Amino acid sequence: MARVVAAMSGGVDSSVAAALLAQVAGSTGDEVIGVWMRLHPDGGEGYEQSRSCCSPDAHDDARRVAQLIGIPFFALNLERSFGERVIDAFADGYLAGATPNPCQACNQYIKFDELLRRGLAAYGAGQVATGHYARVEERDGRFHLLRAADANKDQTYFLWVLDQAQLARTRFPLGALTKPEVRRIAAELALPTADKPESQEICFVPAGDYRELLAERRGYTGDPGPIVDADGTRVGTHTGYAHYTVGQRHGLGVALGEPVFVREVRPASNTVVIGRRDEVAAKRFEVEGRRFVAGEPPGERFNASVRIRHRGAESACEVTLVGDDRLEVEVADAVWAPAPGQGAVLYDGEECLGGGRIARTA
Amino acid sequence: MSIYLDHAATTPLREEVLAAMSPYLTEHFGNPSSLHATGRRARQGLDEARESVAAILGAKPREVVFTSGGSESDNLAIKGAAWAASARGRHIVTSSIEHKAVLHTCAILERSGFEVTYLPVDRYGRVDPAELDAAINEHTTLVSIMYANNEVGTIQPIAEIGAICRQRGVLFHTDAVQAGGFLPLDVDRIGVDLLSLGAHKLYGPEGDGALFVRQGTSLLPQVQGGSQERQRRAGTENVAGITGLARALELAQAEPASRDAENARLASLRDRLFSGVRDLPGVEPTGHPVERLPHNASILVDGVEGGDLVAALDLEGVEASTGSACTTGSAEPSHVLLSMGFEPERAHGALRLTAGRGTTVDEVERAVAIIRTVVRRMRDPMPARPEVASA
Repeated sequence: MARVVAAMSGGVDSSVAAALLAQVAGSTGDEVIGVWMRLHPDGGEGYEQSRSCCSPDAHDDARRVAQLIGIPFFALNLERSFGERVIDAFADGYLAGATPNPCQACNQYIKFDELLRRGLAAYGAGQVATGHYARVEERDGRFHLLRAADANKDQTYFLWVLDQAQLARTRFPLGALTKPEVRRIAAELALPTADKPESQEICFVPAGDYRELLAERRGYTGDPGPIVDADGTRVGTHTGYAHYTVGQRHGLGVALGEPVFVREVRPASNTVVIGRRDEVAAKRFEVEGRRFVAGEPPGERFNASVRIRHRGAESACEVTLVGDDRLEVEVADAVWAPAPGQGAVLYDGEECLGGGRIARTA
Repeated sequence: MSIYLDHAATTPLREEVLAAMSPYLTEHFGNPSSLHATGRRARQGLDEARESVAAILGAKPREVVFTSGGSESDNLAIKGAAWAASARGRHIVTSSIEHKAVLHTCAILERSGFEVTYLPVDRYGRVDPAELDAAINEHTTLVSIMYANNEVGTIQPIAEIGAICRQRGVLFHTDAVQAGGFLPLDVDRIGVDLLSLGAHKLYGPEGDGALFVRQGTSLLPQVQGGSQERQRRAGTENVAGITGLARALELAQAEPASRDAENARLASLRDRLFSGVRDLPGVEPTGHPVERLPHNASILVDGVEGGDLVAALDLEGVEASTGSACTTGSAEPSHVLLSMGFEPERAHGALRLTAGRGTTVDEVERAVAIIRTVVRRMRDPMPARPEVASA
């Protein structure tokens, strides 16, 4: 008998993932344990309005689903590590002039690390299952991370950080399903989460405005500074560099007769650099913190395709290893606004190879 | 079948209690305030229950107010007495290890301008009567100190505290919800003016409680409406539940000799639990070594999260708690253990095992074996990364 921790957020995807595991548990001899993670304080009324995964409503929904599918259910408090590894890292990313990727950090440090370890120690559970749209396949003695069957929902962009040890203990019951199929299953099982709307925003920034969070976590309220164009000419004033993100168009208060976008954020001089559409695109960029799902790169130099944002277009590229930690990525067609801090995730067809975080251009 | 070691959270309903309640859920359904025969029959049940509870407390029937449970009794006692006496003074003395039904009630009074002194406790969770004496001033109207603690089981020097309150002319309330099934409840002997009880801690139903209110004690009612309970608590009485409370209390307390025999049996189970786990490295009993409830074995386990431990034990068939059923899922360590001087890091590892009428020696032995296995497993240095199975 194997015990599996089903991470349940209170959303439809993780509800169905847990339900599917529970359905087959009888015949496989598995024991499914529903776990809801409290990741940040729910903060009362304001948050309750949100679709955040840590609202009291989310907890109630996850518990109801666990009751209906007949599995034990526990709430696990991971506020401390989530606060440090995800929320603080998110704030620090902005303060470093980058665009952090908290969902990826949460997968790397919380769901597929601390939850795995706590689940193993506390529940004797050797595996974690989530409602991610992705697939794991064991082949030739290795675990491969593959795109979901539903290309629209594929979440490998947030999962490239997983290594062999983690994938060996990971299950994605939704990997072969499409979102409409998942909703249909939820409706058939009469799960209370069947019609829940998608959560799009960052779970701990419910209103979508992270500026308040920078003030709360890091005391950053922002000093006004210059907005400059490519030539260094001052064209406007910003409210604080960390309030801006590469590729951003709105809220610049700059009228130059054509659309302009944030091209670069310079923390040291509190400067925001803007550019026209073509100036924000790039043919090559570097990534840092490289990781490969297989544990090693396909080669010193190899062809792949790269995605630099979730659901973003994929571009054919040539990848070259640089030093111990970096990759140089040269794309066939220029990509729009590679933002430092965001993941650059590499694929070979269906397979996610790994990737890194887009580095600041020197 | 799981081994239930969480009797401080709640207890199963005794068959005799269910039998006593049953007629009032069926044929004697009347409203005790109705004038007709059906109403009068319900009223008879209510009157008998009140007499029975009063007899156990050594009180007059009119001094017993029925409520929806321990929390409501605490609220009515503290808010009711504090407001009624507020023209004379607005200072309350309580302890830092009270149940939240007391602490949060005091906190809401603070927001209305009352001053509250929270007495510290020693390493075992005991209040020092001398400190209480020193904390009472000319504005003090009420002292609220629990009889026995719900998390660590420590019993307070309640008679001494009562004597001080009487001597200083202040009202004394005690939350006896946890003590109700085990300790003498004679209100004159322990010297209380207000005493809270809850039925479901002593094999009665959930949702029923009582408050002893010494005659002559003014209370501002917290539920306004009809004139039930001598205008101290409005609302049609839950006759079946009240009958259940009365029967449960009678079964627990009417025969002091059988109560003491059951206490002794429970204490030996408790001591087996303690001695079965205390040699594990990093395990420490909490609460007073002697002055403690007979069924409560509470411990700290270093290096584990109490919530994880409880979940792990549940999966292996032992039902326990971290210390209080009311704070499950909270990131905050127990305020009781912090007040007793334990470091927050250690206080996270709290486990409360509470035996009950149905608990057997065999169950305790099996539970000990399971606890030892689970604690060892959780103590194993956690792998930084789970090992790969084959690669």
